[in-house]
Amino acid sequence: MDLRRTMLFMPGNNPGMLQNGGVFGADAIILDLEDAVAPKEKDAARLLVAQSLKTVDYGTSEKIVRINPLDTFARKDIEDIVPCKPDALLVPKVESPEDIQEVARLVAAAEKSGQAPVKLIALLETPCGIAEAYRIAKADKRVVALAFGAEDYTASLGAKRTKEGTEIFSARTIVVNSAAAAGIQSIDTPFTDVNDREGLIADTQLAKQLGFKGKLSINPRQIDEIHNVFNPTEQDINWAGRVIKAIRKAEAEGSGVASLDGKMVDAPIVARAERILFLARLLGLAEEVVL
Amino acid sequence: MNQVTNAIGRDLPVSIEGYGQVRPFVGAFATAPDMLRQAPKVKRILPGEQKLVNDIETVFKKIPVTDGMTLSFHHHLRNGDGVVNMVLAVAAKLGVKNLTVALSSVFPVHAPIVEHVKNGVVTGLDTNYMSGSVAQAVSQGVFPRPVVLRTHGGRARAIECGQLKIDVAFIAAPAADDYGNLNGVEGPAACGSLGYAIPDAQYADHVVAVTDHLVPYPLSPISIPQTRVDYVVKVDCIGDPKGIVSGTTKITRDPVGLKIAETTAKVIKAAGMIKDEFSFQTGAGGASLAAAYYVRQMMEEAGVTGSFALGGITGYMVEMLEAGLFRKLIDVQGFDLDAVRSLAGNSNHLEVGADYYASPFNLGAAVNKLDVVVLGATEIDTGFNVNVVTGSDGVVMGGSGGHSDAAAGAKMTIVVANLLRGRLPIIKDKVLTATTPGETVDVLVTERGIAVNPLRADLYEKFKAAGLPVKSVEELKELAEKIAGEPENISSGEKIVAVVEYRDGTVIDVVRQAK
Repeated sequence: MDLRRTMLFMPGNNPGMLQNGGVFGADAIILDLEDAVAPKEKDAARLLVAQSLKTVDYGTSEKIVRINPLDTFARKDIEDIVPCKPDALLVPKVESPEDIQEVARLVAAAEKSGQAPVKLIALLETPCGIAEAYRIAKADKRVVALAFGAEDYTASLGAKRTKEGTEIFSARTIVVNSAAAAGIQSIDTPFTDVNDREGLIADTQLAKQLGFKGKLSINPRQIDEIHNVFNPTEQDINWAGRVIKAIRKAEAEGSGVASLDGKMVDAPIVARAERILFLARLLGLAEEVVL
Repeated sequence: MNQVTNAIGRDLPVSIEGYGQVRPFVGAFATAPDMLRQAPKVKRILPGEQKLVNDIETVFKKIPVTDGMTLSFHHHLRNGDGVVNMVLAVAAKLGVKNLTVALSSVFPVHAPIVEHVKNGVVTGLDTNYMSGSVAQAVSQGVFPRPVVLRTHGGRARAIECGQLKIDVAFIAAPAADDYGNLNGVEGPAACGSLGYAIPDAQYADHVVAVTDHLVPYPLSPISIPQTRVDYVVKVDCIGDPKGIVSGTTKITRDPVGLKIAETTAKVIKAAGMIKDEFSFQTGAGGASLAAAYYVRQMMEEAGVTGSFALGGITGYMVEMLEAGLFRKLIDVQGFDLDAVRSLAGNSNHLEVGADYYASPFNLGAAVNKLDVVVLGATEIDTGFNVNVVTGSDGVVMGGSGGHSDAAAGAKMTIVVANLLRGRLPIIKDKVLTATTPGETVDVLVTERGIAVNPLRADLYEKFKAAGLPVKSVEELKELAEKIAGEPENISSGEKIVAVVEYRDGTVIDVVRQAK
């Protein structure tokens, strides 16, 4: 299970930022060739991102490149970037399973022999993309997550983008459900007001509540706040530990049914508890949970 | 040439032409005072006598200002200062030669000094910080005598101990009355505290107030009293308010700077210092302000009231005072109009002189009461010695100011710096110009990790326990060099263009002519 609480965009044409991408502690960094880069600078950015992938140490951050859409520069991007071994590509404006399959074909053709397969994350940011979310999630085994881009989506809808996000509620739940049904991760849209700390926390809490596993981010200042929301709390960890203890005890006693605080502990609850403990161990929040 | 090596391994001549005998630096607290205080001449004024003079030229003639004198100035008007240039223009007009300018900091506005040096009007400079074309001229070896670079506390000490003997102090006074009471909180050129002028006023042989805002007697509040002022000159304008306000009221938006600032606040917390009676100093730049911003968040979360914030005071510090996060501000220099307003109206905002702030040779400098100071660096070496004097090209571009003083005084001194500045690693085996000795620097915070001075094993343990990214300074250096390569050493010329004095008056390093 890969940790993608935060996926931080870095403009692909900014050497200073590319050099420092690894210092902010984001779970993933996205070197952006798309929106951050003007059309006439695409070639320079592609070169810069390719060199960054080869030379810069991004520490524990997953290295992701947002390529351009298929109808613009995607082919050239894939051809030049994939051999530089990014962990994944973020594919923008995906609207159908065929889009993903086309990208997957291009990626396979560009990969060098022996290279670890480059993963794909589909960015859904149009009504069509949302409508096809489940089929996109299932389109290719390289797809590891669906990400949601609300700005373009609401523009297509003709809806006003608000901080409360009522206008994107359905799209969010569709993305979460489609990804879960396909057994992959769902990543929420960025919160764009970098000066509104309270707003960021509230929006991230909502995303977590809805079932997202992480959030795109447009500013390094947002990383800690988003992590704080997605990290399991002490209370979560204690609860999860008690769940596992209860189920082990039931198993030892030969009983198929466990209960905790008067409630039945069934498989989904155990799965949730296991995920919390996994995260806690991964993040060093719990050294070795006492069971 | 006879050489001596000081306590941080710098080779120095035993004597420098135009400076004199070198007392080598032997340790931050190893040199004790062995002199009496400087005593200026005792004077009087009779009832009915006047101090008001029409112009500076008249003052020159009355004193009289003669060849070879030392004229002192403060830098509270910063890049808006009009008084230094005004006074030196009079000196040039009257044909006075061989003057030493003792100006607490030199700004780009002071560029005309270079011309005065070329004409022989000025031959010496004694300062704590310099930027602009004067700094470049110093590096090029334009001055016939080496410039003396001091710390803010060191300048006060040198004045008090008679090593910087001031013949005439010209004090730019944003407000004055005709009997010589002065303050900095009123008038068109209001700058706040007059802290750096206070030792000059106390110890100079002659004190001349230069003002553009004469108020009826008696002026109050009084920063510099009538008892020490010989003459008051009324001029049209002492400075440009636009150049007086400096620093910034906005925290940096640079994400790397913010990351460093946030880590700095975590370091302070991990050291156990976010608690009641916490005292703090930081600079006025956007990155320093960001450190204050994160420290403030932590203080608010912990419900802590600090005792005082010290040093150059910005509007942000005033906000923290007014929000009850600090009980007092101790202000040697104000950076913006909020600092001026607060000093004028808030009795918890205290104005102090440079001696009170930072002099090592008195019975109590405020820096000694600091818990934490956050300071910058242009370079730092693996011995934690810091350079804030010369840039990556070997040219003078700054000076200690209060850097070495606050570092020496504070319980924990944190140096913040980008591990890579542009494409240059910030950590060297040996800094080009040592300004602040490593024994007074406790922690280095960079965007790629923090390093703790081996002298502070106690802090190292605390930071490790708090999960902070602690590395050795050598590891950080390697990390930077892995990314950017190892820069070639700067080669400089032979001629000594500046002598860097530590706060106690010993020589910590010299600056040689830039190639």
